Amino acid sequence: MSIFTDPRWGEAWTHLPDYLGNHVRVSVTALALGLAVSFPLAIAARNHPLSRGVLLGLASIVQTVPGLALLALFYPLLLALASLTLGWFGFGFSAFGFLPAVLALALYSMLPVLRNTITGLNGVDPALLEAAQGVGMTPRQSLVSVELPLALPVIMAGIRTAAVWVIGTATLSTPIGQTSLGNYIFAGLQTQNWVFVLFGCFASAVLALAVDQLLALVENGIRNRSRLRTALGGAGIAALVAATLVPAVARAPSNYIVGAKTFTEQYILSALIAERLRSEGLSATSREGLGSNVIFDALASNEVDVYVDYSGTLWANQFHHTDVRPRAELLGELKDVLAMQNITLFGELGFENAYALVMPKTRADQLGIRSIADLVSRAGTMSIAGDYEFFSRPEWAGLQKAYGLSFRAQRQMQPDFMYAAVASGEVDVIAGYTSDGLIKKYDLVVLDDPKHAIPPYDAILLVAPKRTGDRVLIEALRPLVGAIDVKLMREANLRATSSGASPEEVARWLWEEIGRRK
Amino acid sequence: MPTAPMIAYDHVGKSFDGGQGGKRVVAVDDVSLAVADGEFLAIVGGSGSGKTTLLRLANRLIDADAGRITIEGEDVRAADPVGLRRRIGYVFQSGALFPHISVAGNIGITPKLLGTPPKEISARVDELLDLVRLDRAQHRDRLPQELSGGQRQRVGVARALAAKPRIVLMDEPFGALDPLTRDALGDDYRALHHKLGLTTVMITHDMTEAILLADRIAVMRAGRLLAQGTPAELSESTDAYVMELLRTPRRQAERLGALLPRDGAA
Repeated sequence: MSIFTDPRWGEAWTHLPDYLGNHVRVSVTALALGLAVSFPLAIAARNHPLSRGVLLGLASIVQTVPGLALLALFYPLLLALASLTLGWFGFGFSAFGFLPAVLALALYSMLPVLRNTITGLNGVDPALLEAAQGVGMTPRQSLVSVELPLALPVIMAGIRTAAVWVIGTATLSTPIGQTSLGNYIFAGLQTQNWVFVLFGCFASAVLALAVDQLLALVENGIRNRSRLRTALGGAGIAALVAATLVPAVARAPSNYIVGAKTFTEQYILSALIAERLRSEGLSATSREGLGSNVIFDALASNEVDVYVDYSGTLWANQFHHTDVRPRAELLGELKDVLAMQNITLFGELGFENAYALVMPKTRADQLGIRSIADLVSRAGTMSIAGDYEFFSRPEWAGLQKAYGLSFRAQRQMQPDFMYAAVASGEVDVIAGYTSDGLIKKYDLVVLDDPKHAIPPYDAILLVAPKRTGDRVLIEALRPLVGAIDVKLMREANLRATSSGASPEEVARWLWEEIGRRK
Repeated sequence: MPTAPMIAYDHVGKSFDGGQGGKRVVAVDDVSLAVADGEFLAIVGGSGSGKTTLLRLANRLIDADAGRITIEGEDVRAADPVGLRRRIGYVFQSGALFPHISVAGNIGITPKLLGTPPKEISARVDELLDLVRLDRAQHRDRLPQELSGGQRQRVGVARALAAKPRIVLMDEPFGALDPLTRDALGDDYRALHHKLGLTTVMITHDMTEAILLADRIAVMRAGRLLAQGTPAELSESTDAYVMELLRTPRRQAERLGALLPRDGAA
């Protein structure tokens, strides 16, 4: 199958109006806001060295914060603010998606505009400033008819840089719930769908270039006093914005939002749930690629109606427990705590996606290793690899404590590469995920945990407060409870990452399998 | 007839920050000077003599620390600086034309700021182009960088005259031009000065230019006014610096007289 005839291109196209439209909307709003704030600030501060320094310093600091972190930081910030305004003034606002993305991106756009406006204005020949004064201009007239026109090329260069940055960085707003061209990239990276990754990168690059060139046209028009060019550039930008707004307006708003975190299994499960809802006659959309904390808060505040989480994740990350409880006890307690927030723990899907120590089956058989306890005596000569967070998680501390484990070396790896690394013998053991399809692919074995050092990670269906007692939703979800065992989930995950099937296709396959097994 | 002077400096002083060791630099030190209506005064001095500061004080590009300055009898401190500048023409060193604005736009700028209707401005621009001897059709819509240095300074003069001022201040207007252009422009301006009944204060570091163009010359050094008077009066001065300034034009005149036979010259 050639890369050009890959059917996933067609699928990518069908998402384009939605993703591109949202991307343009969030970028343009952020850029407009950023300009509206930084332009007057730059003009006000240009002749005051102290405020100029403070302003540029702050903007530079913002710029050093990685885009993803900046976007992620705005979410809890707004969430706290929303709960404050709700408490004090009786109204809240959505801290999910559009608003935090716009604010973070606007902040991100400020540095080039501030710096270039100040540099441009301060670069105007002092002799001309004196001439402006000398012919009888007021400071405002001098600014408008001499300083700004002369600084225009430098200012426009700043605006263009800001536009390109914002459009590029907006791809990172997917995890905080803002649909963008980043949805292609996040989904593609997780499901190893390189067509999606390429498509997303290409689309955002084309958008950035197009906006940059249209702004250049406007600049050129202003500079050469060509109304035609200014109007063409302006019309081009207006047309771009309008074109991306039309499909969004035309499309009926969806009733049910199904959330998905940023990994393959979540994409499949959200597609499955959305499909279930549709088959019950409900309209449903997936909101994919959400950060782990973002998605829970979004559910709690009714921005997301339903999604799949894992008991251990909620236990440790959301409710900050450090102790490990037996499965049933943990689930029971979780159900009670969630109920206090009016969140329904609807049921378990039937599998766990837990951390587990994994090694090649043949090697384990050779060495007679079945459980982690068997590993202890050999660990001193072995190396272990885990994902970027594993070694700082309570599970690892728990494992070391419970079994007295001590490895020769430990390495951090991108999860997808971990499995290949252990299969090829580059590392001896990995901290993998029990439902990962690659366990099947590489013929690996999950070691038992007889001391229950790793908490249970049952996949559970969570339902938002406002959907409590929603009969149709319940009917749609009921067939999924207890219906997916770990083998089936592994198979589904493997299909999504290696066969090139989209999450939707895998979800359909999964639903057929569920039907067959009943 | 003892009419009130057009411009009068009365014990004016001005100093700036930024001297060595945090000391203030005295730019203008207790200067008193009067310019009569219709007079062409040249202020001569070396760099740092305070001559440019003295000029800028007149239209409040800078405000004085001490003393009193009057324009047409009115204390400049009581005047609105923007309005004051609009009624005083100012020719800047090397033109200082706005590079993004056409020749016509540059010339018409002060009338535009004063709210003159565009049609009148347009007619005035044509009139001024004629006055400074630039071809209307050829130069009107050009940008300043397309002009030669001399043409640019003609536009600078036209811009200063656009709002029909009675006073024109000139800051080394012809300093950066080649000798021929400089001579032609100086003569042309001198003619305009008479024709329009202007009062002109011109700054120059070139005593020869001052003698040839001005009615009266003021000599400045280290912020102080050393001497003032007609060229003839100055030549009587016993001040060493004034004598030194006059030595160059004298020697040039003698040598030119010797080298160029009077008869036979065109």
